[in-house]
Amino acid sequence: MPDQAQLLPGTLDLLILKAVSLGPLHGYGVLLRIAQITGQALMIEQGALYPALFRLVRQGWLKAEWGTSDNNRRAKFYELTATGRKRFTEETESWNRLAVAMTTALAAIAEEV
Amino acid sequence: MSLPAYIRSLFGRFFYRSEVADEMEEELLSHVEHRADDLERSGLDRVTAERRARIEFGAHERYKEESFETLGGNFFDTLARDVRLALRVLRKSPGFLVAAVLTLALAIGANAVVFGIMNGIVLRPLNVPQVETLLGTHYGDGSGFQSYANYLDLRDHNHSFEDVAAFNMAFVGLDKGNDPAAATGFAATGNYFDVLRIHPYLGRFFHASDEHGPNSAPYLVLTYAYWHSRFQDDPGVIGRVVQLDRHPYTIIGVAPPGFQGTILFVAPDFFMPIDNQEQVAPEGSLTARGSIHSIFDTFGHLKPGVTPAQATADVNAIGASLAKAYPKEVSHQATTLLRPGLTAFTGPARAFVGGLMLLSGLILLAACANLGSLFAAHAADRSREVALRLALGSSRNRILRQLMTEALLISLAGGALGLMASVALLRKISVWQPFAGAPLHIPVSPDAKLYIVAVALAVLSGFLFGIVPVRQVLRANPYEIVKAGSSPRLGRRLTLRDILLVLQIAICAVLVTSSMVAVRGLARSLKSDFGFEPRNTMLLGANLGMAGYDNDRVLPTQKRLMDAMASIPGVESVGLVNNYPPLVYTAAFRANMFKDETRDMNNANAASAPYKYEVSPGYFEAAGTHFLAGRSFDWHDDKNGPPVAIANAEFARKMFGSVTDAIGKFCRRQNGVRVQIVGVVESGKYLGITDQQEPAIFLPTLQAPLNNGYLVVRSRRDPQELAAAMRSKAREVDSGLPVDIRSWNDMLSVVLFPSRMATASLGVLGFMGAMLSITGIFGMAAYSVSKRLRELGIRMALGAKRTEVLKAALGRAVRLLAIGSATGLILGILASKVLASIVYQATSRDPLVLAGVVVAMALLGVLATWIPAQRALAVNPLILLRED
Repeated sequence: MPDQAQLLPGTLDLLILKAVSLGPLHGYGVLLRIAQITGQALMIEQGALYPALFRLVRQGWLKAEWGTSDNNRRAKFYELTATGRKRFTEETESWNRLAVAMTTALAAIAEEV
Repeated sequence: MSLPAYIRSLFGRFFYRSEVADEMEEELLSHVEHRADDLERSGLDRVTAERRARIEFGAHERYKEESFETLGGNFFDTLARDVRLALRVLRKSPGFLVAAVLTLALAIGANAVVFGIMNGIVLRPLNVPQVETLLGTHYGDGSGFQSYANYLDLRDHNHSFEDVAAFNMAFVGLDKGNDPAAATGFAATGNYFDVLRIHPYLGRFFHASDEHGPNSAPYLVLTYAYWHSRFQDDPGVIGRVVQLDRHPYTIIGVAPPGFQGTILFVAPDFFMPIDNQEQVAPEGSLTARGSIHSIFDTFGHLKPGVTPAQATADVNAIGASLAKAYPKEVSHQATTLLRPGLTAFTGPARAFVGGLMLLSGLILLAACANLGSLFAAHAADRSREVALRLALGSSRNRILRQLMTEALLISLAGGALGLMASVALLRKISVWQPFAGAPLHIPVSPDAKLYIVAVALAVLSGFLFGIVPVRQVLRANPYEIVKAGSSPRLGRRLTLRDILLVLQIAICAVLVTSSMVAVRGLARSLKSDFGFEPRNTMLLGANLGMAGYDNDRVLPTQKRLMDAMASIPGVESVGLVNNYPPLVYTAAFRANMFKDETRDMNNANAASAPYKYEVSPGYFEAAGTHFLAGRSFDWHDDKNGPPVAIANAEFARKMFGSVTDAIGKFCRRQNGVRVQIVGVVESGKYLGITDQQEPAIFLPTLQAPLNNGYLVVRSRRDPQELAAAMRSKAREVDSGLPVDIRSWNDMLSVVLFPSRMATASLGVLGFMGAMLSITGIFGMAAYSVSKRLRELGIRMALGAKRTEVLKAALGRAVRLLAIGSATGLILGILASKVLASIVYQATSRDPLVLAGVVVAMALLGVLATWIPAQRALAVNPLILLRED
């Protein structure tokens, strides 16, 4: 995995919400989905996922249920709750605004100031 | 999350922790299995795949813990984890742990013992209901309420009390059928138990309605303890008749177990109505207004709304009016009402306990300063670990919490140990009978309050010393520390640790100074001149009243007793003194004496109020009191002879100008009788060891017979043998007479008891202070040497001399020691002024004490820096430099 970027603080939660918004996933699945949708550009230590998952469940944005995975193993599946979905939309908008602002700011050149 | 959900989660976390943990464990394992499946598919064998998967997963435990934390309500879990970690850390430095726990155990134990004493003596003086509003006059306060007649006026004319009770002590022979034994009782007014609002354990108490004038109420109420020891808990004791000084009394009740009368330190055996007092104590007259032997203390509950100040004014007004109405009999001094129990000892006892509390508080403070600096050193050693944890994202809060947990663990362990020791000690003290035969006890059994105080002290001191390294941790910059390695500069700057050490040494020096002052004071008071020679002297206390002698037979019987004693081989001289000899039981009586020309025998006109003793011929020889002029009494100084007296030097000087002038001169007693001074003896101590020069006058027993007195027997024979011989001789004279035989020196121990106790406790505290300063200096010196070993090694390699190395290694510790000791010495000298109130002749301007403190502190310094110094000198530069 070449040239992986450090995860910005706070972004893991948003990534998890995004991953789960595409369909219920178990923990390892969430990790695979994030790798897939980011093009493997981000480095996440596998274990670090779980405190975040538990936090999101506790905040009421995710709910979890035990089920069976494709590998025929028991696994806990996460999906968005209604609040979680609303929150995900808000967070996405807020992130986009930030990203646009940051990009614009960093692209500025002397004459335009 | 909503509140109920949070609470459910909290409960869930608490009660179903293992369930939650199992589920979490299963989920994490499931993750690893899934990953391993993927890796296996990419061509690895299963075992390698699983191993890789586990490695990729990262710190399994840490993530699990973090996950737990996100679930909320983890205070107890965090605590449990902190405790586990703290135990692990502490186990790694057992020396530190043991030193810290022992130091705290000592300090908290000392405080708990002192608090237990304060609790028993000052905080809960009497075990009766609503003790807060119970106030009274006390023995020897000069307020005039020591006579029964005056008590009646106080009871009937005051506007402040709901009712006023009074009591006196009675020392009797109690015979339940051919087994007379001395017993101590309270002669109490009928309303005594009702005023105290207590109820009998068995039978009934006597009441005001039982009083019908002198000797009308031959009733007896036993204390629970006496009922237990002398009557073997026999419930059939009610209604039984026993002999009190050969008078029949009916037992009507047993007092409740917790009630031990209304004087601390004295546990009576029984209570009897004061109406019958004259039967057992003729001097306790119920009619003589001028008597000062009828009543010990009076007390009552204040009426609602009456303040102690108002009551005091009221009582003083009654006293003043009585003094006006009966100028010859009553003298009144303004008094302050006090809670009953300690009576005249209230002031000294409070000062003593307060002083002890202060000193033991200092011990605890010193211990905390000690542990604080140890802890700071400990934390400094771990600064790298702390920095790493900070760098790895642990919050400062968590780290502080961790440190505090360690501190509290230590303090609680120390507190528990100290508490156990102090409870054991207090239990011992409260059943301790310091003097055989005297009904003395010290009511300090531990109670719930003690446990609470000890735990509170432990937590408080944990926070106190735990807080010391906090600043250090908060200031820590992880990058700097990790980069620079763990060699914190021991700069020239004054650090918190230095200040703590100086503070601690100062406190310890105060303690050492105080204990030396006290020990010196006691040593001096033991060597001081008593005005008699207690060595080789036996006392035989005989109360002929207990054997039912009437007044006419008293003198002949006493003479027979004296002759019997004189007939024992080896006895040099025998004398008799009425009531008590000097310095026995802190009991001495004064009498007003008037100039010869005085005609109006008002109290106000008295020229002097010397201690008054009635002594027989031979007394001065037996007591070893030296004559300065004139003659002793002889057997002709009796009722038929002219009234004569012997003065001590102080009285002679006060009354007549000088010792020689006094011989042959006259003065008058309050009853107007002229007495001629026939001799003058040396001055001495009478009431207590702290007496200044007090006047005293001696009258012949033959002119003032009393059935209660002590025989003084001087002999060089072995005290045990002599006592046995005296006992058998006394039995020959009257087999039914209870006698009390002890050496005068033994009896002195009662008078010396307070200052002995004070000295012992100060000695213990001083010793603890010394121990603390040793550990403090040792810790500091050892730490600074170990931190600077490399530097010392380089110095030695460069050719530094041993003295220079020592100076570099220990100079700081020694300087701090010097500053601390000097401060402590000055403070100790100031504090000794307080000590003077407890310990006789405690003076701090004593060159021996000053030198002693300096030498002691220097010795402590040498002792404490010896090992670190050896270590510094043994540095081998080569090995050291290679190692690092």
